[in-house]
Amino acid sequence: MAELTAREVLEALKAEIVAEGDLTRKVKGCYVSDLLSDVLSKSHEGDLWITQHTHSNIVAVTSVKGLSAVVVVGGNVISEDTLQKARAEGVTLTTCPLSAFEAAGEVYNMLKSGAA
Amino acid sequence: MLDGAQVDPDDVLEGYYSIRGGEFEDAGTCATAIKSALMARGISEQCARRAAVSAFEAEMNVIIHALAGTLNYTIGSDEILITVTDMGPGIEDIEKAMTEGFSTAPAWAKEKGWGSGLGLPNIKKNSDSLEIDTRKGEGTTLNIRVKLTTGGKD
Repeated sequence: MAELTAREVLEALKAEIVAEGDLTRKVKGCYVSDLLSDVLSKSHEGDLWITQHTHSNIVAVTSVKGLSAVVVVGGNVISEDTLQKARAEGVTLTTCPLSAFEAAGEVYNMLKSGAA
Repeated sequence: MLDGAQVDPDDVLEGYYSIRGGEFEDAGTCATAIKSALMARGISEQCARRAAVSAFEAEMNVIIHALAGTLNYTIGSDEILITVTDMGPGIEDIEKAMTEGFSTAPAWAKEKGWGSGLGLPNIKKNSDSLEIDTRKGEGTTLNIRVKLTTGGKD
């Protein structure tokens, strides 16, 4: 799979960046899950994480696992507490109106073709 | 303040954290601090991540299952030792608890996206040594060691 930057992928998804970390990071893969323990166990460094979760625990999981960015789908709103933690940790959080299915499909095609 | 890290004269970095049961808001605090401390000392990101993931899982187990607990870490020249002690119910069946998907977590933890029965197996996967000392009705102590000189098995 080709590697795109977080900025390229997020712009193509039309995701709104609500907490900005390092957008030059490579997106090496994608993980879709709403179970935090599942993400902590099975995601990989550089993955873009697609989730409905907005609880502040998503920041620590993203930071510890070295995920490239989080895309919160389904129109869910991220709380100010979560945003503050993300900014402090340099974690990129975004919101996206697409469903998890649609967002994952877009990311899959982008990473497979190497074009945003 | 009890929590934090300090460097002793022999350049062994140590940290101590208290963990309160049910306090999800601060989950990952110890793990994030450990990752930062290791990376600041030039340890590879992969090693730092393995140690931090192990610490995170142990921290979650205290938050989910116990009234309270502590996490101590000591970073030596070639490994980090993370010791997590809790005042919890103890682990009824360690063999089952080491099986992916086996969970005794309450519904409220699962509703928050935790408690899927992946914690202890994930610590084992991300560490080089895991010792479990558990006593029913008294609590559990985990000694987790992660080597810092090799690339690990991420």
